[in-house]
Amino acid sequence: MTSQLKKEDLLRAYRTMREIREFEDRLHIEFATGKIPGFVHLYSGEEAVATGVCMHLTDEDRISSTHRGHGHCIAKGVDIHGMMAEIYGKKTGTCGGKGGSMHIADLEKGMMGANGIVGAGPPLICGAALAAKFKGNGGVGVAFFGDGASNQGTILESMNLASVWKLPVIFLNENNGYAESTGVSYNVPTPNIADRAAGFGMPGVTVDGNDFFAVYEAAGEAIRRARAGEGPTLLECKTQRYFGHFEGDAMTYRPNGESQNLRKTKDCLKIFAEKAIAAGLVTAAELEAIDKEVLALIEDSVVKALAAPKPTAADLLTGVYVSY
Amino acid sequence: MSRKLNYKDAINEALSQEMARDEKVIVIGLDVAGGRGTQGVMDAWGGVLGVTKGLYAKYGDRVMDTPISESAYIGSAVGAAACGMRPVVEMMFADFLGVCFDQLMNQAAKFRYMFGGTAETPVVCRMMYGGGFRGAAQHSQCLYSIFAHIPGLKVVLPSTPAEAKGLLIQSIRDNDPVIFMEHKALYAMKGEVPEESYTIPFGQANIVREGKDVTIVALGRMVHMATQAAASLAKAGIECEVIDPRTISPLDTATIIKSVEKTGRLVVVDESHPRASMAGDISSVVAQEAFGSLKGAIKLVTAPHTPVPFSDVLEDLYLPNAAKIEAAVKAII
Ligand SMILES: Cc1ncc(C[n+]2csc(CCOP(=O)(O)OP(=O)(O)O)c2C)c(N)n1
Repeated sequence: MTSQLKKEDLLRAYRTMREIREFEDRLHIEFATGKIPGFVHLYSGEEAVATGVCMHLTDEDRISSTHRGHGHCIAKGVDIHGMMAEIYGKKTGTCGGKGGSMHIADLEKGMMGANGIVGAGPPLICGAALAAKFKGNGGVGVAFFGDGASNQGTILESMNLASVWKLPVIFLNENNGYAESTGVSYNVPTPNIADRAAGFGMPGVTVDGNDFFAVYEAAGEAIRRARAGEGPTLLECKTQRYFGHFEGDAMTYRPNGESQNLRKTKDCLKIFAEKAIAAGLVTAAELEAIDKEVLALIEDSVVKALAAPKPTAADLLTGVYVSY
Repeated sequence: MSRKLNYKDAINEALSQEMARDEKVIVIGLDVAGGRGTQGVMDAWGGVLGVTKGLYAKYGDRVMDTPISESAYIGSAVGAAACGMRPVVEMMFADFLGVCFDQLMNQAAKFRYMFGGTAETPVVCRMMYGGGFRGAAQHSQCLYSIFAHIPGLKVVLPSTPAEAKGLLIQSIRDNDPVIFMEHKALYAMKGEVPEESYTIPFGQANIVREGKDVTIVALGRMVHMATQAAASLAKAGIECEVIDPRTISPLDTATIIKSVEKTGRLVVVDESHPRASMAGDISSVVAQEAFGSLKGAIKLVTAPHTPVPFSDVLEDLYLPNAAKIEAAVKAII
């Protein structure tokens, strides 16, 4: 299962997943205090997907994200302090407080933005992949999108375009079963979203998105194909989100206790720890040490974000292409 | 008989009464029945803000959830409308029209004209607009100027619960495509709403407050900011006439011109950006038709020409408010 992964890789993967989990769990609490403005969509539960994919990427590779973007940002190496400050609307945030939770971007890290518009990312990633192809730098683009988003015309058009142009793109579907309050079985008329790949002449692969190792391996193969000029892949990772569509959602469309049960039986962090410890590759003590460090990091990011300055009137008019 | 309802429930009541009256009326949108394909409570949402809640229980499959495929479902609604149905589509946030604009702009808006006046396309596209929720650049826009720019679309901006109900019923009965824009910050607003079904005609502005010194034309949510400013200015002896056009396409230019002829001064309040906007359009109409009555320059109170910022301090600076309107009035008096 872990043949290619060295111990330090495993610890890095665990740390990333733990950072995402703590970041999200902490935001859930912070949001309830009323101090965080705007909409917040939590990724908690899906950590193995972003981590398993982004472990293969460098800053030269590009990803596009969704409204549920914190996990993708962290896995792609975006600064956690900058993210936390951004979510609080502070001047020290990744986007100077102008974007907020749903629009965090860091082009230097190859993170082309979380996105408020469902389905907006894949066309942009086709462009990133096209640029990489022209530059001949071996770069790839990964477009993350949900099960709901898989029905958006932009995504279907992008799959066709990427296939026709043989672009180095990975269409990374995170199937968490819900699009807001609508279930995937209502939205998608095939058993697997990956089935759609056939219609676009590309491989379609479905994996257990709660199993880091399964994601890591499948993503590795898709990325290898892309780098080798063999064109795009549609990779579907079946996963779940623990919280509501957005913070404040009472989740009445879900059966009672569903997310608690999933936490018990399908938690990607637990599954990872069990497998890695059982294989004798890491120890429980090593993982616990990481847990402590991550907890302190997240606490520090909240303290700093709360203390950070807000933007000022002078910031309002900057960054527009044409100002009047 | 009237009783107090909030804006959201007034919209729900209008939909329900029209669905009961005419079975060609169908409701289409993301999560409008809420809970399809899940094992939890059906009709859990009624649209993301609960505006259509309860309609599924009453009208069943005439309330249709959709996949996230705006081009396909708004286009289907347009096609169904051209074939005799009366679909009301919920587009959630106005911003999302960006992904399916062709179906509105090049299809729905054009049928009657292109087909030599023979086609009717009675589709209503409901959506929320506006800032104040820290929704940032992709969830806060006031895109009505863009819609009003397109011949063939009617554009409605109700500012109170009673208007929301009457104007929505009118929109559903209208035989052309109507863009019906609901300000997010108004959903919780309460007001007297008649129980029975009624309509408010398009192209008839409402004079919210009479005055002799300055005409304030305000759009949508800004009507409330303008009345607040007018009340405060009245204490300083300045009498403002506040006009709510209610529909911006068609626009009741006659009422606006008549008012400016009386007051000689105009302030236009528009939450959107100033360039190529409704605020610009209304001032242009007045400059052309009532120039001789003007005693001073026209003033616009709008957002700046930037996208909507996320941070609370920035968004507060961005949005027009009563204080900015008062200052504008004082500057031209
Ligand atoms: C074009 C567009 N349509 C609708 C929305 C509203 N919306 C935001 S998230 C969402 C559901 C997305 O579901 P999915 O793609 O499965 O992602 P998940 O939320 O499950 O991560 C919807 C409908 C939007 N933001 N943009």
